Amino acid sequence: MSTKVGSNLERVLSEGKFAVTAEVGPPRGPDPQEVIKKAESVKGIADAFNVTDNQTAVVRMSSIAASKILLDAGLEPVMQMVCRDRNRIAMQSDLLGAHSLGLRNCLCLSGDHQVAGAGGKLHGHPNSKNVYDIDSIQLLSVMRGLRDDALQQGGDSIEPAAPFFIGAAWSPLATPIDFRTIRLAKKINAGADFIQTQAVYDLEGFREAMKRAEDAGLTEKVAILPGVILPRSAGMLKYMNAHVPGIEVPQELIDRMTSAPDKEARWEEGFKIAVELINGIKEIPGVKGIHVQAIEAEHLLPELVERAGLLPRP
Amino acid sequence: MIVADRKQIPELRDMIKDFDRVLLVGCGTCVTVCLSGGEREVGIIGSALRMSLKLIGRGDTVVDECTIERQCDDAFIDALAERVQEYDAVISFGCGVGVQALAERFPKTPMFPGLNTQFMGLLESQGVWAEKCAGCGRCRLGEFMGLCPIARCSKQIFNGPCGGSHDGKCEVNDDINCVWQEIIDRARELGMLDKLEELAQPQDWSTYRDGGPRKVVREDQCIAGMGPDAEEGVQ
Amino acid sequence: MKNDTIVLALCCHYCAYAAADMAGSMRLQYPPNIRVLRMPCTGKIEENYVLSAFEYGVDGVMVAGCLEGGCHYLEGNLRARKRIERVKGILEEIGLEPERVEMFNLSSAEGPRFAEISTEMCERIGKLGPSPLRADRSRLKAGIEELQAEADAVLEGEKR
Repeated sequence: MSTKVGSNLERVLSEGKFAVTAEVGPPRGPDPQEVIKKAESVKGIADAFNVTDNQTAVVRMSSIAASKILLDAGLEPVMQMVCRDRNRIAMQSDLLGAHSLGLRNCLCLSGDHQVAGAGGKLHGHPNSKNVYDIDSIQLLSVMRGLRDDALQQGGDSIEPAAPFFIGAAWSPLATPIDFRTIRLAKKINAGADFIQTQAVYDLEGFREAMKRAEDAGLTEKVAILPGVILPRSAGMLKYMNAHVPGIEVPQELIDRMTSAPDKEARWEEGFKIAVELINGIKEIPGVKGIHVQAIEAEHLLPELVERAGLLPRP
Repeated sequence: MIVADRKQIPELRDMIKDFDRVLLVGCGTCVTVCLSGGEREVGIIGSALRMSLKLIGRGDTVVDECTIERQCDDAFIDALAERVQEYDAVISFGCGVGVQALAERFPKTPMFPGLNTQFMGLLESQGVWAEKCAGCGRCRLGEFMGLCPIARCSKQIFNGPCGGSHDGKCEVNDDINCVWQEIIDRARELGMLDKLEELAQPQDWSTYRDGGPRKVVREDQCIAGMGPDAEEGVQ
Repeated sequence: MKNDTIVLALCCHYCAYAAADMAGSMRLQYPPNIRVLRMPCTGKIEENYVLSAFEYGVDGVMVAGCLEGGCHYLEGNLRARKRIERVKGILEEIGLEPERVEMFNLSSAEGPRFAEISTEMCERIGKLGPSPLRADRSRLKAGIEELQAEADAVLEGEKR
């Protein structure tokens, strides 16, 4: 984390403060007001806001465009970039473009396979061709080249360099679990400055994963921000437990959500669980911040962050 | 071997709707072994196609069958030369290579594919074939414990596994094994896990389809006047 | 309306063929629409063989093999069942009712069962009506003889 790219997230982390990031999903249409509305509802509750890149392979407003709208609305975005939809030419071109628009944080991901887009109520584009010219770890090294060496992946120089604060994902509890520490190390070696993790519900399992990362000397090399998804129903928890790789939800949490008598009580329980998770995660050595999400319900994030005592932001 | 599977009868019927005499040509090589385009399968399709045509009032269409040893070799295609003259169109039940070999050999005969050519792969269990090689032109199996992430990872990830790997299965569906789980298991078995700690570099795709249609040229095998640089008319 | 459909009964000679014989000697009635062909084993019946029968113009085909687990060749009847499933798929693709072909299992001692399944099959085919692929009767007759000759050749080979 030597290079100064001038992002707020970088500043908060380098000052040793507990960072908060939150996720904002772009709309499925072209209306900037939708993004602005979401932005207004979460302004000030986090140090930076992740803008997803066609998450679950469903076509949405581009991450870069939505990130720029956020930036103009006074929020700092973390643009996400997946390897599914672009080759290395388009990726680098988009990175340079994003940089020119003032975007400074980028999270590199493999991206959900395109079949995921047809998994829910939407059609998606399961018949599309995927690209995967380079993988997410190779993308990290490409971004480091653009930043530290002012070199494109192919070897051509750029002027000036395009420095980003580089992020990567980590799914510490996905199988093969013992290899996940090695893969984290590969991401750090390739250029990751910060890590946002798959949602954590199994506090014990996550604590052990962090211990392995710490023992491998990784927690001092990178800022790890564990993910917390606000639970809103027992069904949601059960679904994630059964279908989302790397998410293990303890039965006790599902039972707590189940025993809530009505919607209001369920929401209340959801907030309680999320706050407990955040507090638990904060205590784990090596954790540098938190990444909060409320899928399709970003308007609940301010209350969550407030209840977790993470306000005001620095 | 090259693995293919058959097309549906209505699709084949529509292909040949403008022709009166059609020859179905099977291939005795890969597609016979994978039970899609050999003598037996062509017999089944021929029978079904004739009935199908009759049911739409085109029963007068002649549909005959034959199978040659190997469609991807001109020496074997020769055996077909006279017979093809008797037909208005041919459906080849070879792989995509066979279809094109026949198309090139018989420029005046409309040529159609009888199969959907799938991949280079192996018989995994009775009736199940699995893809193993993508033919990328730059083999890196040595880096990946002998298992190919280009052909066998849904995202062609070189530094896997991605977050979608779960209990040895792929996020795409549970019928797909996560090849990265297999690579890691094998590396551990071989005591070579440390090899996977290094960053696998981006692939040079110029030797794959991305570099344009490929050719393998062996100068030492190119007899004067018959090699790739031979001028037209030179014997 | 008169049911003049023709149903081919492809009978394994270890079971269904003997059962058909028994039905005859027991004077059990089974429909005159049935043409019994003796097969060395239902496992010897290729998809193409059944499709040829339809091409010749038969209206229905019943394949009768040994009880599952009782095949003389261990799994011939299991293979036959799979193949008949595949034939059904092909019939559906070309627009012919898949119900025109069916697989049955019975033992050599089940003469009455043979009468029962042939009656069932003939009624079913009668309801479906003649196959739209029906050719003239002489071609059909020649075709059926050809199919029997093909099976006989295998049966002959086995005796040797």
